[in-house]
Amino acid sequence: MKNDSKERSPEKKKQGVSRRAFLRGAGMTTAGTVALASGMLSFKAAEPAPPKTAVLGPGETEVRFVVNGQQRTLWIEPRTTLADALREHLHLTGTKVVCDRGSCSACTVWLDGKPVNSCMTLAVDVEGGEVTTVEGLAKNGELHPVQEAFIEHDASMCGYCTPGMVMSCAGLLERNPNPTLDDVKLATSGNLCRCGTYPKVFDATLAAAKKMKK
Amino acid sequence: MIPAPFDYAAPGSLEEAFSLLEQHGDEAKILAGGHSLIPMMKLRFASPEFLIDINNIPGLSHIKEEDGYLKIGALTREAELETSEVIRAKYPIFLDATKLIADPQVRNMGTVGGNIAHGDAANDHPAVMMALRAEVVISSAEGQRTVPIDEFFYGFYMTAVQPNEILTEIRIPVPGPRTGNAYHKLERKVGDYATAGVAVQLSLDENGVCTYAGIGLTNVNPVPMRAARSEEALVGHKLDAERIELAGQYASEDCNPSSDLRGDEDYKRAVVKALTKRMINKAIERATS
Repeated sequence: MKNDSKERSPEKKKQGVSRRAFLRGAGMTTAGTVALASGMLSFKAAEPAPPKTAVLGPGETEVRFVVNGQQRTLWIEPRTTLADALREHLHLTGTKVVCDRGSCSACTVWLDGKPVNSCMTLAVDVEGGEVTTVEGLAKNGELHPVQEAFIEHDASMCGYCTPGMVMSCAGLLERNPNPTLDDVKLATSGNLCRCGTYPKVFDATLAAAKKMKK
Repeated sequence: MIPAPFDYAAPGSLEEAFSLLEQHGDEAKILAGGHSLIPMMKLRFASPEFLIDINNIPGLSHIKEEDGYLKIGALTREAELETSEVIRAKYPIFLDATKLIADPQVRNMGTVGGNIAHGDAANDHPAVMMALRAEVVISSAEGQRTVPIDEFFYGFYMTAVQPNEILTEIRIPVPGPRTGNAYHKLERKVGDYATAGVAVQLSLDENGVCTYAGIGLTNVNPVPMRAARSEEALVGHKLDAERIELAGQYASEDCNPSSDLRGDEDYKRAVVKALTKRMINKAIERATS
């Protein structure tokens, strides 16, 4: 089982260079995974050589991003999706993977405040970013108004689409505190619910919007 | 589903990206939004050995009118089109198209450049760009070149972008007065590829005679398709019901849809005809309002 406890392994740290470290402009010449950028030999001699870009993978590499307000460091392969990084490495299993190819939106999380499909986003691409999952919605032990409204309005049946649905609806209210029914429909248009809870999801979201204004 | 292993680099400049491309050739793939590429990698339809993530490269994300063109940076997210003021004011066709591209989550990541560079006739921007007669800016270490959209698509997933090149911008000639445009596709559900889609741009003179017609078709041909005969049927004429009927008829005859779960060939031709007529009428309405 891999988890972020590996961040404390000094051995591992030597194996790669995080993109963030690179972007800080560190004169990284010692890392084993530096691109040699042979292509630059063909550049005109007068042009300065482009800076070398760190090449990560295919093995585990260090990736850092904020999850639910906490800075996290993971050792993962570049092929690891954000969904798998959250579930398998950080054990935040609230985010569900259903279709695993961007068709159902069950894996919706916020990346820098915007709802995205975590199953189609590489975790390494999230370096330096800010992720909010359904576990991060509740504040100080109090559920988010959308979560409360989902309970009050009985807006989930089997529950598998619910975390993604909640993230879409709460995300809408972040952007638009006065949504119409059509706005809610649009915001959840990618979230598939095979139980057919949509009417209750819409009611719950509109009720939560009202409550949040008070 | 987990993609096959690959090396990954996120260069901070185009020059670095070009040198990586030169080094890795066609083993490398460009990662922009990744929403076409990553599912293909999971399904093993694509197994690039090297991913070059261009998301850290500045200067590739913009929507602006300049030098007679609407310039859209390749990294512009679909969602950014939805909220752009210049798009809202003058290019309603992008609002039509964008709201039909996948779903809101995908539009927050998916890019305009990626939608075109993927080279899929089922994507929506190619037909729109054909209607607008866009040019595609392709960059490499040697410099920039511009390719008209009609010469951009070579075949299924194949485009004019060579292994050492990156699509960096799309340029659309700023339309003259009395121009209207519109796009619609029939889809089975939100996020589905088009059963068929039609993009239309028309310009009219003061007497209502059509001076420009651009018509692009989505997902009814192996590559994105221009309905050339339909365009010719419109230009130089007043657009009465008969003309519009003729343009729709030509589009339905000239496209090459294949029968699949979205419908059989005859059905798709009928959809093309109906949508072509509808989009012409909508473009006229927008041109004259």
